[in-house]
Amino acid sequence: MTDELTPRRTILDRRQIERIVRRMAGEIVERNRGIERLLLVGIRTRGVPLAERLRAEIERMEDHQVPLGVLDITLYRDDLSTIAPQPVVKGTSFPVDIDGWTIVLCDDVLYTGRTVRAALDHLVDWGRPKAVQLAVLVDRGHRELPIQADVVGETVPTRRDEVVEVRFESTDGEELVAIMERPAGRAAAGGSVRSAAGGGGEGGPA
Amino acid sequence: MTAAERPWTRKDLLGIAELEPWEIEKVLDTAAAFEEVAHRPIKKVPTLRGKTVVNLFFESSTRTRSSFEIAEKRLSADSLNFSTSSSSLSKGESLVDTALNLQAMAPDLIVIRHAYPGAPHMLARRLAAGVINAGDGAHEHPTQALLDAFTIRQRKGRLAGLRVAIVGDIEHSRVVRSNVHLLTKMGAEVTVAGLRTMMPVAMEALGVRVVHDLDEALDGADVVMMLRIQLERQSRMLFPSIKEYFRLFGLSAERLARAAEDVLVMHPGPMNRGVEIASDVADGPFSVILEQVANGVAVRMAVLYLLSSIHGEAPA
Repeated sequence: MTDELTPRRTILDRRQIERIVRRMAGEIVERNRGIERLLLVGIRTRGVPLAERLRAEIERMEDHQVPLGVLDITLYRDDLSTIAPQPVVKGTSFPVDIDGWTIVLCDDVLYTGRTVRAALDHLVDWGRPKAVQLAVLVDRGHRELPIQADVVGETVPTRRDEVVEVRFESTDGEELVAIMERPAGRAAAGGSVRSAAGGGGEGGPA
Repeated sequence: MTAAERPWTRKDLLGIAELEPWEIEKVLDTAAAFEEVAHRPIKKVPTLRGKTVVNLFFESSTRTRSSFEIAEKRLSADSLNFSTSSSSLSKGESLVDTALNLQAMAPDLIVIRHAYPGAPHMLARRLAAGVINAGDGAHEHPTQALLDAFTIRQRKGRLAGLRVAIVGDIEHSRVVRSNVHLLTKMGAEVTVAGLRTMMPVAMEALGVRVVHDLDEALDGADVVMMLRIQLERQSRMLFPSIKEYFRLFGLSAERLARAAEDVLVMHPGPMNRGVEIASDVADGPFSVILEQVANGVAVRMAVLYLLSSIHGEAPA
């Protein structure tokens, strides 16, 4: 499906992503005054590599291990009755009982806020965390729900018909953030198909 | 594209015979993701909120019906039960009329068990709702075969190349037909074993080995599936006595020793202890019988989830 999109411009390259992730890791440690009972949770698909990168940085800084969970929001999507076929369910797993932990939700792109809403509902069904924070690599605006990130890598002004594509070494074999152009006339239909296939991603119109 | 990523297209799950191997894999992969819901403090996801599922049971069933019901509740669907004892199903209404009345209530999915083979297929053709076959006569019971496969894959990591022995009343079992289709499609080597009076002719045509001796079936088997002997059939003189049946085809610990060291013992339930299976085997270290029951819920959740987005045309 990626080949339907043409890259328009690269916003962040490998070096820039590295620096931004390091700064985000520092902000997470600072705002929590340490890492005690801190759990990083990546939202599938590309919130997971972001969470892994943040964990590596935090562990290097603090010289202490941080647990990491993986969250699949598919079953909590608000558009399940309007899309077909059903998106792939890959499952959620947490290494700890989340009660009393401070959770940092990690996702690659914050857009409408609907993914985060689903993630919050999902977390509440699992337990009662002490607090939930949100860390995103890119905030592209156009919120449809009252949701804001606590830690933002880069704020990128976009148009609604653009798609923000984040690629990580571990999932895509390269490392960049780019704004992609959707071919004219495919905007509406392409949006739902793309996001259904991608699982939890908020990069494109959903 | 992996099996899990291919889009599901079927409105109904009527049997295993018509499924492609990737579709079987997709159900099993999806079920694996649903498994964790059973271990949460709140065992429920909002996925099928606002969808209506009708459980239409023309034959008595405790296990299958409650398994579907739990799966529906865990997905937040609204479910409605009809069973023969408590509805117009026992008042002489034809299946077609029942179907049309149901259609008028606009359900999203219908789970049906019926004594006649093909009853779910008939409903599927007439209804816009998705139809799940929960057992039609001695024909198919697809979710049972899927949960058996899920249990085997969970324990063994694969289906292909495994030696599976299915033992018991082969003739009257819908479980065996669905399982034979599924296991042969996925590359397992299947042996069926049973008394000649309980073995249909030309079973070999389904791609299985047929034997009439339990020890021969057990030799080196990785999986042994025991089928329930329907004691009510004893009146038809299919076997001389329960004692005699157990001596010939009952699974005891001594005989199980012929199977592979890490054999799995399975049974779709309900079991007759001391008839087809000895108590110490049913409760023994090789038994995965209760895992089958637990996995049944996850597999049925997966099926309900996959079918729920595919809508048929409302018939004219």
